[in-house]
Amino acid sequence: MLYRLLIFALLMATWLVFSGLFDAFHTTLGILSAAFVTWISSDLLFADRKTTLSRRIRQAGRMVHYLLWLLWQVVLSNIDILRLALSPSRMKEVQPRIVKFHTGLKSDFEKFMLANSITLTPGTITVKILGDAFYVHAISKHAADGLDGEMERRIAAIFAEPEPKGAEN
Amino acid sequence: MILDIIAILLIVAGLVFFLGAAVGLVRFPDFYSRMHAAGKGDTLSNLLVVLGFAIHELRHFDGSADVIVFCKLLAICAFIMLTSPTATHALMDAGYEDGIEPVIGEDGENALAADRKKP
Repeated sequence: MLYRLLIFALLMATWLVFSGLFDAFHTTLGILSAAFVTWISSDLLFADRKTTLSRRIRQAGRMVHYLLWLLWQVVLSNIDILRLALSPSRMKEVQPRIVKFHTGLKSDFEKFMLANSITLTPGTITVKILGDAFYVHAISKHAADGLDGEMERRIAAIFAEPEPKGAEN
Repeated sequence: MILDIIAILLIVAGLVFFLGAAVGLVRFPDFYSRMHAAGKGDTLSNLLVVLGFAIHELRHFDGSADVIVFCKLLAICAFIMLTSPTATHALMDAGYEDGIEPVIGEDGENALAADRKKP
């Protein structure tokens, strides 16, 4: 029930921001639509209802912390590309390769986050994920060495928390 | 005043990174390394330019503000962060499936090709 309220609130907030009209007619339309969507498809969001809401909130907090760190990595990555592209002497450092590593992350969402994070950070792009093997295209040796698993640890730390008994998915 | 300066700085920084992406696109050796420039350069520079617009919406040069537009621009930022790496990844995968041979550096390896040869 709490989850349905949360989903309704999220949908309603989205409606209000995107419509930008706050008169009675449009707000009523928004409430009706949000309630309808919550009714027919609220189980699509937050699949695992056994997770308590407070745990979700803590995860969201750590997620924001991670995203800020990621944003900083994205800035570093772009400075790296800028320097590689603009200075003639550094073109020699462009020695592309495809490396492979195995991840310990289990859920699809965690793998998705790791793949996207690798793509956003300096000199590396995920080419393929087969099972738990990641194939990563790196633009230089230096970039490939950067895949030391720190990112994976950070992502695992977002979701890692002792599961309450019997709440295994 | 301060918000104006921040907005202008963000937009100019975005343009500089766009330049880096464009030059990298021309100079890097093969399809895959070019995706590095295209995929990453565009993400951050789009983000910076749109953020600059968002901050400009908080305080126009005549002092008015539009918070709804600010929220919408933030939503655009979130979607860029999500979709841009995914699109880059999809293009890399499509390129590989289509048989484009990656240029491999002197001391480099191609783990994907090595694993494909195994039965």
